[in-house]
Amino acid sequence: MKAHTLSVLVENKAGVLSRVAGLFSRRGFNIESLAVGTCEEPTMSRMTIVVFADDAQIEQVQKQLNKLIDVIKVSDITDIETVDRELALIKVNAEPGTGRSEVMQIAGIFRAQIVDVGAKTLVLEVTGDTVKIDALEKLLRQYGVKELLRTGKIAMLRGAKTVKSEK
Amino acid sequence: MKTGAKILVEGLQREGVEIIFGYPGGVVLPIYDELYESSLRHILVRHEQAAAHAADGYARASGRVGVCLATSGPGACNLVTGIATAYMDSVPIVALTGQVPTNLLGNDAFQEADITGITMPITKHNYLVKKTAELGRIIKEAFFIARTGRPGPVLIDLPKDVSTTAVDETKAFPKEITLRGYKPTVTGHAKQITKAVELIQNAERPIIYAGGGVISSDASAELVEFAECMGIPVTTTLMGLSCIPCDHPLNLGMLGMHGTEYANFAITESDLLIAIGVRFDDRVTGKVQTFAPHAVIIHIDVDPAEIGKNKKVDVPIVGDARSILQAMIAQLNRCSGREKWLERIRHWKNKHPLRYKEDGCLRPQFIIQQLSNLLKGEGIIVSEVGQNQMWTAQYYCFRKPRSWLTSGGLGTMGYGFPASMGAHFARPDETVFDIAGDGSFQMNIQELGTVAHYRIPVKVAILNNMYLGMVRQWQELFYDRRYSYTELPSIDFAKIAAAYGVDGMRVESCDEVVPALTAAIETDGPFVIDFRIEREENVFPMVPAGAAINEMIGGHPR
Repeated sequence: MKAHTLSVLVENKAGVLSRVAGLFSRRGFNIESLAVGTCEEPTMSRMTIVVFADDAQIEQVQKQLNKLIDVIKVSDITDIETVDRELALIKVNAEPGTGRSEVMQIAGIFRAQIVDVGAKTLVLEVTGDTVKIDALEKLLRQYGVKELLRTGKIAMLRGAKTVKSEK
Repeated sequence: MKTGAKILVEGLQREGVEIIFGYPGGVVLPIYDELYESSLRHILVRHEQAAAHAADGYARASGRVGVCLATSGPGACNLVTGIATAYMDSVPIVALTGQVPTNLLGNDAFQEADITGITMPITKHNYLVKKTAELGRIIKEAFFIARTGRPGPVLIDLPKDVSTTAVDETKAFPKEITLRGYKPTVTGHAKQITKAVELIQNAERPIIYAGGGVISSDASAELVEFAECMGIPVTTTLMGLSCIPCDHPLNLGMLGMHGTEYANFAITESDLLIAIGVRFDDRVTGKVQTFAPHAVIIHIDVDPAEIGKNKKVDVPIVGDARSILQAMIAQLNRCSGREKWLERIRHWKNKHPLRYKEDGCLRPQFIIQQLSNLLKGEGIIVSEVGQNQMWTAQYYCFRKPRSWLTSGGLGTMGYGFPASMGAHFARPDETVFDIAGDGSFQMNIQELGTVAHYRIPVKVAILNNMYLGMVRQWQELFYDRRYSYTELPSIDFAKIAAAYGVDGMRVESCDEVVPALTAAIETDGPFVIDFRIEREENVFPMVPAGAAINEMIGGHPR
């Protein structure tokens, strides 16, 4: 079992997300994260799905996704060189005098932006790969994380290659 | 200008549809008004579930797309079991449902149900039409998707205002459709085919395991030609029965849970398994780890997702079974026998035939054998689900493809009677028999109204044991004979038939069987025979759930 990253091109139509999500739940596949948005071609959307699965399962996941009429292309990019990023917003306890400056230092080390300063809290915005965000989250836990939002991973092939519909 | 309703009816006719099965209601009134003077024939069923099964029976018997129509909400929901049945058995149907007007969608309006949401897991694809201008294209796509690749049901949900709005008729139907996410593979990979042929030519104990895919791709003739040339025995799944004549020397009958002992032995001893149009279902494989344990496996299927799903495969070939078999036949440079292997199989066939007690009591196997003799393999046999289905699979001698319609995957009781109505309209010259149980028949018994109304000449043979027989059998074998809620009271089915204006009779002894069946066959209209069979007759042999398929109970001692 390991985390696989799938880049999936789908029709930009109502109901496609629900077809994909429904497929995962009824076949018992585990979605770790799913990010979806428009892409370079306005009639299509691109989904980046992280699935926890063994080799046989990931093969089934891809085959079942391919069976959906609205799915145009499925690529497993787990073992390919990619740039992958997610974005997180973290609201952390940081009262002046009790840790605020430490939180700000940590933010600096992680190149996180402080996007909101409250009387007792700071909101950090950070982008990076999953490992980096996990590390930052772990460090901030000791100050008290009040709210945490992560977007799910998006990933793009390095170099000239693209994940595109060949049709 | 053309209304959506008009585009719908015209679109169906452009797809070659001649008949639809349906039930009217509020939001489909514009469609029914269009049907009023149309040449498109409509059969009014008595429950929407029957419309879906009838469309399914029509599709299986004809090889064409069957169509059913229901109103929104409850009407659409009643189609669900029929759509799921078609989905599990890969049957091409197009289900049309009415929907509340687009401005009320999502408002919990009267008779609103999210039928595209409900049917998402049981359709190959579905559509909620939002604009009349899209309708012509959607109809075209729906039929294309339903009948190509691995066939399956497609649903089109039509809000009432989509049916009533008119659009420019010159733009109603696109010339061509493009589905960039749907490109089914037809032709098998040449290298894989060559590899498979080599393996087959060198195998000592090969066996063909053929399923519904052979029937749906119309590959039966090619399958038999291939098997004969290479001297390979053929066992079929429940769905594959009729792809090879029952009395063909290479035929081993059905395999799996209620298969023949010799088919299961042959699978277990084989060194090469050629799986064609099958999906290694649990009712076939038993304990999957011990299924064909010594065999190299070739798997031919149109759906790549079936390959490796349940069992690891050595040589996968994705594509249409017929085209692949033709390519394989073209590569055979010689025909060859396999005398030693076939001799072993003949030995098993002689020592382990299907058998039942012949003691003069009225037993279901006897009834099916008599029907088989009378029809000589002609006609279309439809079954319900349970013991009736398994006895028919074991004892009816099928000789032609598309002569056997049954709910294999979903196992839908109540399928047979409405499906036989559909089968009649697909092939009106054939005798159509529904082999039923008293439990199953009562699940869609209201269709007596439809067969009486249109004088649809389907014959129903009820194997009446006043039990939900298959469940009772499991209770007898595995639950210490505790018959929890499986006993049914006696029903006078002939009287019920008579109340609908349908002929019927009751049969209680063996010597009445042939005269009753003959009377049914010779009657022009529908006919119901209530056979009062031995109540606790079981389906044997049987592989207990989860056991290896060569560990059968109720068979011969080895």
